[in-house]
Amino acid sequence: MTAAVAAPQKPRRQYVWAAFAAPGVGWLIAFFVVSVYAVMAVAFGAVDPLLKTPIPAWNPLQWDTTAMGNVLDRVFGGDLGHVFIRTFSFVGAALAGCILIGYPVAYYVARKANRWRGLLLGLLVLPFWISYLMRMLAWTNLLQLDGYVNRVLQFLHIQNDPRNWLDGDWSTVVIGLIYGYLPFFILPLYSTLERIDGRLIEAGRDLGANAVHTFLRVTLPLSVPGMMAASVITILPMFGDYYTNTYLTSGSPRTEMVGNQIEYYLRGSSQPQTGASLVLVLMAFLFVLMVYYLVTTIREQRRSER
Amino acid sequence: MNPFRRRHGKAPVLAMLTWVYVLWSLLPVLVAVRISFNDGKSRSAFQSPSFRWYWGDPVSSVWHDDALHTAMFNTLKLAGLTVLVATPLGVAMAIGLQRWRGKLSNAANGLMLVPIVTPEIVFGVALFLVFSQVYMGTPDGLTRQLLGHITFTVSFVVVIVRGRLAAIGTQYEEAARDLGASRWQAIRLVLLPLLSPAIFASVMVVFATSVDDFVISSFLSTGASTETVPIKIYSGARAGSTPALNALATVMLAFTLLAVALAAFVLRAISRRGGDTEMGAAGGLAGLTG
Repeated sequence: MTAAVAAPQKPRRQYVWAAFAAPGVGWLIAFFVVSVYAVMAVAFGAVDPLLKTPIPAWNPLQWDTTAMGNVLDRVFGGDLGHVFIRTFSFVGAALAGCILIGYPVAYYVARKANRWRGLLLGLLVLPFWISYLMRMLAWTNLLQLDGYVNRVLQFLHIQNDPRNWLDGDWSTVVIGLIYGYLPFFILPLYSTLERIDGRLIEAGRDLGANAVHTFLRVTLPLSVPGMMAASVITILPMFGDYYTNTYLTSGSPRTEMVGNQIEYYLRGSSQPQTGASLVLVLMAFLFVLMVYYLVTTIREQRRSER
Repeated sequence: MNPFRRRHGKAPVLAMLTWVYVLWSLLPVLVAVRISFNDGKSRSAFQSPSFRWYWGDPVSSVWHDDALHTAMFNTLKLAGLTVLVATPLGVAMAIGLQRWRGKLSNAANGLMLVPIVTPEIVFGVALFLVFSQVYMGTPDGLTRQLLGHITFTVSFVVVIVRGRLAAIGTQYEEAARDLGASRWQAIRLVLLPLLSPAIFASVMVVFATSVDDFVISSFLSTGASTETVPIKIYSGARAGSTPALNALATVMLAFTLLAVALAAFVLRAISRRGGDTEMGAAGGLAGLTG
């Protein structure tokens, strides 16, 4: 019965586990790696002069950087620069809103809610199961000229005339982004705050710090990794979002984001290279965030295996 | 109870803020559901209750409007098929990555994580281009959308299942092997039952992600016959729409919540039958030796 614990170092065994991973790895290479490479091949390729369809350049030695050069000129100092600045402003404002609302909520549910915790946690998870666009649809209902938002504001005499919220108003877009992405921000933060050892907070109190001081010196620093993870996981998809703003402003050019330009150039124009180049520029901007997430996740994996 | 919490009592301001947030996050959806039962055409004000936009209206209700119920069936078919492929693919990959050691394995693990941090628009564009430039033989529409959704969701399965694998460890399987099980028996009779909560959680997440997806479905859609519910809701905003869209969204919401409730129920049944992790493994081992 004590059969020398099935020799875990047997090299043959490695092949078995590699074989388990192989179909998934193969799938990701075929449909993810090749796809991303296709974006590069199109960005650095040519366009058929008659059909206006892309002629991808698969060989990196034949890459033509004209389209990319044009895009970079337009991003740094040209018309696309405004779109990038607007995108960064919207995402920044939405992230600030997520932190301002999300942190207290996550903190309360994780550490103070006591007997309400189960119910509140369920209610925080609920938006995950409601389709994102249905949640946006709900807002377009509320924000109509004769919708409930205007009626409440008029009833409270905050404004006298109904406001046209859905006509290219940047505040509608930012509020929409906050509304849409807050659930994704709160949950990772919640799990970090919930895991903080209560004895550390108690120690802070016992050593004479008041509640505010204990929060600032103990809880807040311990929750920074969770806040970073939550922020990264929220703003990465926000940077590529083009449907929230389009949906909430009926496609007003005043609230156009990078995603709109990408979609336009790839699907509605004769310059697919420009769209593909924009995708690469966006990815370059987000590279640091993506690497941060990968490194922390892999570190976390290693720790849990130890 | 934690003495810290007792000493500090409740935090009334935080409590109020939290409840206001919860109301704010859910109330609009309830209003949208209520508008789906509106008898009139208004999408902003409730007049009188009816099922007009579900089946009453002979032209534009969900039941009678071909485009709306096509979108619904497309969405459900896509989500169901995505779950069927992505879950086994992801579970196998999770087991493999958790145990396979070496440089190649680290690379594969990194590759698996990248899709999670890739913005959906990058995914949408990349898949759109790969199907129009490389895999041109792939049938249009549903097939391409399905391949896209699987690629997008498989990493979620891997991450969820790996979390559970790390918690289980290898000792149960080793015990099974000591008791004479082959490797396959150990996986089938011990490991997979232990993984079932994670597998169910993956099914729920993959289903909800696929139902929710707009960007990838939209980039790979080739016309009315391949539209999904999110695409329909999105395009409905421009073309002056009726509460039928709310009805469609409400039906999908009901489907998703039902699926989630069912999965939660099954999960609970499994954990009750198996007790906790220890009991589940013990049950598996008893099956082996018996």
